[in-house]
Amino acid sequence: MSAAFPAGNPMIEAAHLNVHFGSNHVVRDIAFRVAAGETYGLVGESGSGKSTVLRTIAGLIPGWDGTLRVAGEQLGHRRDRAFFRRVQMVFQDPYGSLHPRQTVDRILAEPLEVHGIPEAEARIARALEEVALPRAARFRYPHQLSGGQRQRVAIARALIADPSVLLLDEPTSALDVSVQAEVLNLLAELRQARQLTCILVSHNLAVIGHLCGRLAVMQGGRIVEELTEAQLRAGQASHPHTRDLIALSHALEG
Amino acid sequence: MSNGNLVEIRDLRVDFPNPSGFTPAVRGVSFSLGREKLGIVGESGSGKSVTGRALMRLLPEAARVRAGALRFDGIDIQAASERQMRSLRGGRIGLIMQDPKYSLNPVMTVGAQIAEAWRAHNKGGKREARDAALALLEQVRIRDPARVLDSYPHEVSGGMGQRVMIAMMLAPNPDLLIADEPTSALDASVQAEILKLIEDLVSARGMGLMLISHDLPLVGRFCDRVVVMYAGQVMEELPARDLHRAQHAYTRGLLDCMPSLGQKRARLPTLSRDPAWLEPRA
Repeated sequence: MSAAFPAGNPMIEAAHLNVHFGSNHVVRDIAFRVAAGETYGLVGESGSGKSTVLRTIAGLIPGWDGTLRVAGEQLGHRRDRAFFRRVQMVFQDPYGSLHPRQTVDRILAEPLEVHGIPEAEARIARALEEVALPRAARFRYPHQLSGGQRQRVAIARALIADPSVLLLDEPTSALDVSVQAEVLNLLAELRQARQLTCILVSHNLAVIGHLCGRLAVMQGGRIVEELTEAQLRAGQASHPHTRDLIALSHALEG
Repeated sequence: MSNGNLVEIRDLRVDFPNPSGFTPAVRGVSFSLGREKLGIVGESGSGKSVTGRALMRLLPEAARVRAGALRFDGIDIQAASERQMRSLRGGRIGLIMQDPKYSLNPVMTVGAQIAEAWRAHNKGGKREARDAALALLEQVRIRDPARVLDSYPHEVSGGMGQRVMIAMMLAPNPDLLIADEPTSALDASVQAEILKLIEDLVSARGMGLMLISHDLPLVGRFCDRVVVMYAGQVMEELPARDLHRAQHAYTRGLLDCMPSLGQKRARLPTLSRDPAWLEPRA
């Protein structure tokens, strides 16, 4: 089963991508393309390599080879400042990804300083408003916020320098289902309003189906299948591993 | 034992101190549990874990615990001596926590930890404890128990670590297993295996199970009865098979806000929290 790539130049492109951790070959010759404005899903179990792919694109992993392109530009092993302004990431655990001794204000001011973006004051106020955080949250520390509020801060931080690509690594797995719904709605609104290109990594097929138009299924470091959302929902998968994942997901919904 | 119930909780109230007084965490919870599978569901902060801990008297000393009744197999937990509590904790009541990465001792082999749990509640020497540990690892369906016995926690996967935790809790042959989010840190497929394992062990050994989770469909599929908690109170108690016919708006809201693979929705309904849910219930 394959899912046709939408017409036009891809915003993100990976070809013959391999990642090694020492003697461990964790991503094996994978290729995919993501169109501008599209949200692409990567699913698989722990150890399938899905998060590693995302972190490699973000420049967090040195040991890779192959081709990676973002907005037509080939990526090297060292990324420049312009790259980090264009590509931002939201991590799984909002308890671990925010500096515990910095206020929300400080956390949001840092990307602005790094990229020399003026009008920090107005931008921070707008960023908080955009992710529906109360004004009072601005001078709080992360431990004074709930898990959902922290994830909103992480999203605000990722978006404050106006990136065009957002990499999302299990952004709702650490949250209550009620909070997950709010964060998924927020991501859907922001991506629409800002025309973001996103890659969403998750082990939850229902979450992937909710946000992604196309997705790749990974197992043992390889992409075993690519599907559209419609194919995913209809259960039209040809690879046994994909079928297992879909069957399990339906069983868990009950 | 009075009425065949393993656990009896009536009007349990737990408050934690804050700078200006007390913050209520559990506000008048009542339920009972026999040798069955009971699910306790709610969001973070609903008081579900605190309820489980209160039953094992594992709350910080500063917490204020009051109850009309808090009994395990007829034993009054509030009046029990520390010595009695030690034989209950990890003995007759086992506790499985969320993340094996943090609840196993990182500098002790898996086998030594299970053997330690076994020796704390059984008479026997080192050899016997080691044999018991091996047998327990087999029971939790670890394929190569002899190898796992000598590994350290960082050398086993998350699912394997959780099996080790379960083996350790089974060592003293408990009557009640309290599982606090036992699978939230695991993959969906491993989740299903671990729950199946717990289910089989609970029915084979005739134990009672208290499954604490925020995942309502999971609890519904797995338990006999479900208690739904919100802000320290029980909103609703119902048989698990009637979950899809739940009456309470909170229960309905929790079920409805999950994305579904079968049904496409542009926006997920979010929970609108009715202030009336916070009012003290009779």
